[in-house]
Order: sequence, then structure tokens, then C-alpha cells
Amino acid sequence: MKEVDELNLPEDLQYTKDHEWAKVTGDTVKIGISDYAQDQLGDIVFVEMPSVGDTFDEGDEFGTLESVKAVSELYAPLGGEIVAVNEELEDAPELLNQDPYGGWIIEMKSADMTELEQLLDRSSYLAILKGE
Amino acid sequence: MRNGPGNSGLIMDEPLLWEKGKKGRNGMSISASDVPEAPIADELCGEGPDFPDLSEVEVVRHYTRLSQWNFGVDTGMYPLGSCTMKYNPKINEKHAAAEVFTAAHPMLDDEYCQGTLRIIYELQNYLAEITGLDAVSVQPAAGAHGEMAGMLIFEAYHQSKGGKKRTKILMPDTAHGTNPASAALCGYKPVPIKTGTRGILKVDEIRELMDEETAGIMITNPNTLGLFEENIREIADIVHGKGGLVYGDGANMNAIMGIVDLKRCGVDVLHLNLHKTFSTPHGGGGPGAGPVCVVKELEKFLPTPRVEFDGSVYRTEGDRPDSIGRMHGFHGNYGVLIRAFSYILTMGAEYLKKASQYAVLNASYVKVKLKDYLHLPFDRPCMHEAVFSDKKQQEHKVSTLDMAKRLMDCGYHPPTIYFPLVVSGAIMIEPTETESLEELDVFIDVFRQIAAEAESDPELLHSSPHRFKVKRLDETQAARNPCLRG
Amino acid sequence: MRYLPHTDEDIRNMFDAIGVKDFEELFMTVPKSCRYDKEMALPEPKTEWDLDRYMAEIQSMMKITPDHTVLIGAGRYQHYIPSSIPSVLGRSEFLTAYTPYQPEMAQGTLQGLFEYQTLTARLLGVDVANASMYDGASALAEALLMGLRVARKKNRVAMSAAIHPHFREVVRTYLRPTEFEIIELPFSEDGRTDFSSLADEEDLAAVAVQSPNFFGVVEDMEAAAEAIHQAGALYVGSFSEPMAFGLLKNPGDAGADIVCGEGQSFGMPSSFGGPGLGMFGCKNKYVRNLPGRLVGETTDLDGNRGYVLTLATREQHIRREKATSNICSNQGICTITAAMYMASLGGTGFRKLARLNYDKSEYLKRGLQDAGGDLCFSSPTYNEFVIEFKDDFGPVQKRLMEQKIVAGLSLAKYYPGFDNRYLFCVTETASKEVLDTVISEVKK
Repeated sequence: MKEVDELNLPEDLQYTKDHEWAKVTGDTVKIGISDYAQDQLGDIVFVEMPSVGDTFDEGDEFGTLESVKAVSELYAPLGGEIVAVNEELEDAPELLNQDPYGGWIIEMKSADMTELEQLLDRSSYLAILKGE
Repeated sequence: MRNGPGNSGLIMDEPLLWEKGKKGRNGMSISASDVPEAPIADELCGEGPDFPDLSEVEVVRHYTRLSQWNFGVDTGMYPLGSCTMKYNPKINEKHAAAEVFTAAHPMLDDEYCQGTLRIIYELQNYLAEITGLDAVSVQPAAGAHGEMAGMLIFEAYHQSKGGKKRTKILMPDTAHGTNPASAALCGYKPVPIKTGTRGILKVDEIRELMDEETAGIMITNPNTLGLFEENIREIADIVHGKGGLVYGDGANMNAIMGIVDLKRCGVDVLHLNLHKTFSTPHGGGGPGAGPVCVVKELEKFLPTPRVEFDGSVYRTEGDRPDSIGRMHGFHGNYGVLIRAFSYILTMGAEYLKKASQYAVLNASYVKVKLKDYLHLPFDRPCMHEAVFSDKKQQEHKVSTLDMAKRLMDCGYHPPTIYFPLVVSGAIMIEPTETESLEELDVFIDVFRQIAAEAESDPELLHSSPHRFKVKRLDETQAARNPCLRG
Repeated sequence: MRYLPHTDEDIRNMFDAIGVKDFEELFMTVPKSCRYDKEMALPEPKTEWDLDRYMAEIQSMMKITPDHTVLIGAGRYQHYIPSSIPSVLGRSEFLTAYTPYQPEMAQGTLQGLFEYQTLTARLLGVDVANASMYDGASALAEALLMGLRVARKKNRVAMSAAIHPHFREVVRTYLRPTEFEIIELPFSEDGRTDFSSLADEEDLAAVAVQSPNFFGVVEDMEAAAEAIHQAGALYVGSFSEPMAFGLLKNPGDAGADIVCGEGQSFGMPSSFGGPGLGMFGCKNKYVRNLPGRLVGETTDLDGNRGYVLTLATREQHIRREKATSNICSNQGICTITAAMYMASLGGTGFRKLARLNYDKSEYLKRGLQDAGGDLCFSSPTYNEFVIEFKDDFGPVQKRLMEQKIVAGLSLAKYYPGFDNRYLFCVTETASKEVLDTVISEVKK
């Protein structure tokens, strides 16, 4: 597994304490998992995703990631409606291991984009990973 | 030069069934019909299954070769923690195979089946005596099935008491994975309890968490760290005080026969694994049997039917309105029950107790002899199994999995690994009572040597095993692109 | 004691190594208040000789012996078992192995299970079959729970009243603590399930139909599939006699979404009801909701073919309370037995044997009608059928019992109004001579 200083954590993303990332483009937000999350999970073999049109409140479970011997839940970092899911992951879940930031999972449209303000920037997230 | 099927030594290659054979062969002779052919409507008929046609010799060689790729208790030491891989006596097989039992039909009236019913009746009584509890149903077909029966009994009991529905259940983090799944089937949400620094439950924490919305607690004792839950009586009193029940997971009963009385511990419901403690073979995954034992007050909820005896006739009991109902199509895995019955009669009270004593003796011996070589997270007197970890070997980037695979090359089935979850990189060793001191000494030497190799030659461990028909298998590929049939 | 290798000297040496003086000290963590404070009251240990005598006495209490012909099925079927099966599968490498968690040293079990899954999927007409459940009854309960998981927000399931009564009881036990409601579909005069009420039902997740059903009646599975799918529910195709699918259409091809049933017929004796195995399969799209163990094909480090347990994230040891089922085993050796039986028969033999069973049961069915019995249901049957007798059948049964023939199961306690109705079962093991004896005793 990677040491903390080996992790790839882009500056232009926001992070959650559940090791997800969020990126705003226009009026929608793409959500995926961080390099730390994919490294901890190991080879991801299946991604269970919601359907387009489903709605979630902040903190709701919206899907799961499966590695060979573990399952972990995905939580919505903000409330809103699913406008797209990354269908490529259905046949190629390994994309999340190979490129966790290219391999987004869902795209959401939020009624209240201010919820995003509660998310972490790179340095705050890094501090959590370092146990500070 | 062609090798033929020879792979290495006695290990042969063998294709899949449908890669062999030729249409028109058969492996089972069918007598000519002695009745006229009856008409049948075409629209009812299918095409029949697409199976290969094989001769008897082809089928027999196929399965003989397959068997040679397997390791069993009869092959060698199988110290798989929590699974109690003790020797499976051959006399038990003989009695289970008796034709008069195997021919017995379960739908016949009791008067025709006095022998098969008597075995169930006597086994019910023996298991009650061994656990200290009052009443038993032998119907559940496996440990998890017994657990489910137990949870259904919890639910039925609480319902009979009325009051607010209980929705939670206390679940130590050392619990078997089946515990939360069984509880969830009955609508209980598991409330996790953290293991204390001594590796056992803390009374205060139970006192804090137990309330009147909680159905009770599920305790494995000895727990999955191989430690006796010393506070069980006090914990049971707290749970009972709030109207809850205590479930005992009897998977580890092999450590305590004739030594611990579950009723005195405050346990209300317990399941046993006949395929662990009572020596019935695991069969590569089953069949097992998971009888459920209860205190008198809960007897009326047990699965139906059980067997009764009035002093002269054995009877399948009639309707019992409070029962949780039927768990199995018939009487459970009856063939497994006969084996356990035969084992108990062979051992008697004296040797069952000795079996538990020696099981604990063997585990304690292995623990003492390995603890300087493997990290021992809870260095306390253990029961029938000892849990180590790979903490020392991690420094050399060698994991529990690597050591397990290396053990295979040295002629052992590995211990249980990565369980319990509370110990990272867990190595759970349960030698069982049927291993001799010499066997244990060789195993200990081998494990010490592997610990040394972890420092001197980590690569050897990473690439193990080397001596089997296949090398390390790619489980990721299997899960990403499932190929579940040919 | 022959299973316990410890000598007194070994024990002393081990005590010394551990640093305890006796067993009392070894068990020091067990509080006095938890101790078993007396000796267990069990019979004295028996040697093999003594045990043989004891078991012989129990055996002698059985009134039905292997030389009886049992013309009763109802979930347990007497078929001929080739000697090769117990002989080869008695090998202790199969019998004394655990669940194949370490695949490199369990390839025998794993390939055997993969082959079982394949043959079973082909037989039942489904995309995928698991490595088996406890039995046919619990498999049905698991199938309905699976249907509820797949349907997510629906709360009701239906099952035909012509499903084996014990199977239905087990379903009720499994669903008892849940909020889910079970409705029962009646059967018509022809013995087939009546689906006419389905059109008015709402909120149905799954509907279970057994074919051949408890009365031996072959259901119109295509019509069932249509009615069930019309109602927006999943079709659970149940069975207790899979031999039928050698001759008849299988439930998967007829449109069932989930199939499940008892597989004892394939190489296992009746054994007073267990063990057998629950055969279980489904369409590919539901595989992640499938309960139970699955074996998959993969490759090793050198690229060679091998087998492992897979899709384990559905299971209890990983997903814990969110698992698809609490089941954590399969029927192991019974599963390999069923596969070896199917392989021994082969496609050609399977069809031939299935046909032979049909012809024999039709022979008795016709004979009993000619002898004055009434066939209760007009629909076609397989292996089993229900006959109603005008006169008390008891005396006939008694006479036949004296000739070592167990003729028919009274249905009085299973269905109201079925007082003089008997369920008969005929397999290849019944000779024409036996069947003629039954017919002539009925005529008397």
C-alpha cells in the first residue's frame, strides 16, 4: 500500500472524510473515490451504482464498491438528483484503480450547492490522512 | 516426449466432464423396460439435458483424480481455527451407511420408523446433557441454520411477552460473520460491541448498551480469539435484567465439554455444530448439522417436529402452536445425526471431557511454542485455539496470506486467516485434540522456519505455493469477469 | 481411547512447556460459577464391537427394511444408485476436507462444484446455478426472499397450495419475523395451480409454483410464467423431483426467473429425509442477489486454468448483516454426488431413465384406475399421482405391507377433504411384478 506522501491528491478537487472527491462543472457535480480509497480497497471488482433520476440526501448511501473480499459503501457528499452514472464502470471497474480521478462514479445536480462548502480541500483532507 | 496426464508424481491432469466422453457411452446401466411405453403429449416434453455421455471408467477416474487434488483431515494436520478439523472416525461412516437407515422414508408413519426416531430422541437428550440446557431440536441443517432458529426463538419469545418490539441485538466484534446475518433475517439490527484490551467483553459496556429495545446478546464462548468470556454470567444477568435473552454460538463447544455448563453461564439458546465438536466430516463444505438447544422456558418455541418417547413408543410430535415452525423439509441432515450419535456413544462422558482438555492443551502448547516467532496480540491463557498476527513479518513485507501459502508447500492446511477481524492479519490456529505431540512439534518447527524465511527469502513466500496442481490463483479476475459455468 | 494420542508422559511434558501443573490450572480462566459441577450423564464409552451390537438393536426396530418397495415419494425418491458413486465419493480427500477457502489445495472440490453448477444450470434451463443450499424446502424460502430483494419495494409473495406442504411450512418459518405477507394460490380440479386471482393482486414480488407439483401434476409452466409476469412478479420454479426434466420441459426454458428444488434423487438415498441438497439457479441478471456459494473459473500465476470461490461479497462473512443470506455452507459432498450421478447417466441415459420412470408410473396409474380407483386430477402427471378409493384402503395397504410393499401416502392430514386420497410414487426401482401385485390387491 502507498505511504501518505505517495498519494495523488489533485488540488482542484474537494474531498470528504469518507475518501470521496467532488468536482463542480457548471451546475452539476461529479463524484468519485480518492487515490487513498482505491489503494486501501485493492482491486475493485464491482461497482453498484444508482439509477439516473434517483435522489439522495447528503450522507445517504448511493452505492457500493466491492473488492474481492470487502464491500464499502458510497455516501452522497451532498443532496440531489443523479443526472448520470459512469456506465464504463459496469464492465471495467478497474478504471477506479487505474485512474481514480478520471474514473468518476456519479454526476449529481444539487438544489443546494452550498452544501459543497462543507467539503474538505486538499490540505485539510491530507491532514486527516496523516491523522492530524 | 508426451507426458500423458502425468503432472507431477501422482497428480494427474483431468479435463472438465464435458471435455471428455462420446455420445452413446454410459456410466450407469439401465434395465430394459418391463412395462409398455405410455403416451405423452409432445408439448410437455423438453429436449433433455445437454450432458456428456461417459463410461463408468471415465467417471471413476475423473473423480479419483479430482480427489487427489484435495487435502483432508485424513491427509494431514488441518489447524483451521474455529472449524475444529478433528479426525472423523470411520465407524461413524459405517453406521450412517447402514441400509436400513438410508432406506428409511421420512413420510412413513412412526410405527415403521422406531429405530430412526429413537436415534433422534436419544441424541436430543445427549446434547441437552452435554450443554447443560434442557431441550433440543436437531432439525437445523448447519450452524448458520441453527443460529437462525435461535434468532427466530428470540423473536417468538419477545412477541409472546408483548410490549414494545425489540429491534436491536448486541453483537461483539469477535462474532462469527453469520451472527449479524442471522440476526438481520429476524429483523434485529446488530449493535457492535468492541473487544476490550483483554480480548473479552467488558461488563460495563454491556450495562451501558443493554436496554428494553434490545432483544439480547449473541456471544461466542470461548470467543473467536480463543479466550473464555469470563464475565459471561454477569453479562447474562444484565441482559436478563432488561428482559433480554442470551444466545450462545456453540461453534467452539469443543473446548468446554464436561467443563462448562452453559445454563450456569446464563445462556438461554445455543446452537451446536455437529460437524465440528462431534466429529462428522465436513465433506468439502457440507452437509453439517446445527442442533439448537434451549432452556425449559423456551422449549415450546423450538422448531417442529421433535421426537417424543412415552416409555414404549417413539413419536414425531404433533402440532405445537408456539413453535417457530419447520426449518427443514424433514428431520434435518439425518445421516449427519447418526454419525454424531455414534461418536457420542464411542466417547462417553469420560472421553468427551478429555477431548476438550486435550484440545485446549494442544492449542496452549502451540501458542507457547510459537509466540516468540509470531506476534500474539492477546497473551493470555487460551482455550482450544490461539490467534497470532503477521505484525512481525509485515516489516519484511510478508503477509499472513504468504505464510499460509508457504505452509501448504510444507504439507499443512493453513490456519484460518484474516479472522477474527479485530486482529489485523490474524492467524487462527486450532490444532484439535486428535493431533499428537510429535505432529505438533513438527508443525511448530515448520512455522518457525517459515518465520525465518520471511526475513531471509520473502520472495519464496510471495510466490508460494509451488507444489500443487495450480499456483496461486487470481481471485480478482474470477470476481471481475465471473465465469460460473462451462 | 483410539482417537486421542496423548500419553501421560506427553501430557506432563506439555504442562511443563506451558507452565501449568494440571488441567485445573489450564482452565483457570473459566470461573467456578460457570463450571459443569458434575459428570455428564451419558452411557459408558463403547468399543466398536459394543457399538455395533447397540446399533444392530436399533436397526432391528425398523419395520421397513431395504427389501421393501416403497411406493411413496412426496419429496424423497427411491432411485437406483450406481455402486461407483459411494465407492469413489467415500474417498476421504473429498469427505474430510473443509470448505475450499484455500483453492490451491482444494481444486478437487472446486472443479467438482463448478461441474455441478454447469450440469445443474443446463438441466434446469438457467444461466447460473449456485453450489447448492440445505434442501429443497429451505431453497424455496431463500428463493422467495431473493425475489423480495430483487423487487425491492414490494411486500408480498404468493405460493401455490400444490407445493409440498413441508416446503410451504418452511417458507412460513423463514418469513415469520418479517413484514412480508404470503398468499396461497388454490389449485383447480385438474390439479394445476389456479392463477386467475393473480390479475387482481398488487405488490407481489414473487410467485412460487412447483412442477411436477405435490400431486405429481405437471403444471402448465408457460401459462404460469405468463400470468406471473403479467402480475409484475418473478416466477420461482420449484421442484422436488428433478428426474422429470430428463423428459419434460424444464422451468428455466418455460420462463422461470429463479429455480429451486430438492436434488436428493441424484445419487442419494432417502436417509430419513436428509441429507440431500437444494438446487438453486437464476437468470444472469439476478446473480448478485443469489444466496449461497459460487465457484468460478480463473487462472493461476502461470496462466493455467483453476477454480475459486467467487462473488463472496454477497455472503455473510463479508457483508455481515446486509448479506444475501446467512447461509455459509453448501451441501458439499452431496453436491459432488449429484454431479457424479448426472455424469454417470449422461444425456442419453438421463432421458432413457426419465422415460422409464414415466412409463412405470403410468402403468400403475392406469392399473389402479382399472381396479376401481379414481384418478383425482385429470392433468398429466410425472412419477406421482393421487388416487381416491371408494372403500377403506387401509386393509389393502396392510396386505401389501405383509408382502413388503409400502403402497401410497394418505393425504388426509395434508389437505382437508382428502380423506380417501392417496399419493402414489413409482420409480425405476419398482418391478412390474410389484406393480401388478398392488393392482390385484386393490381389485380383491
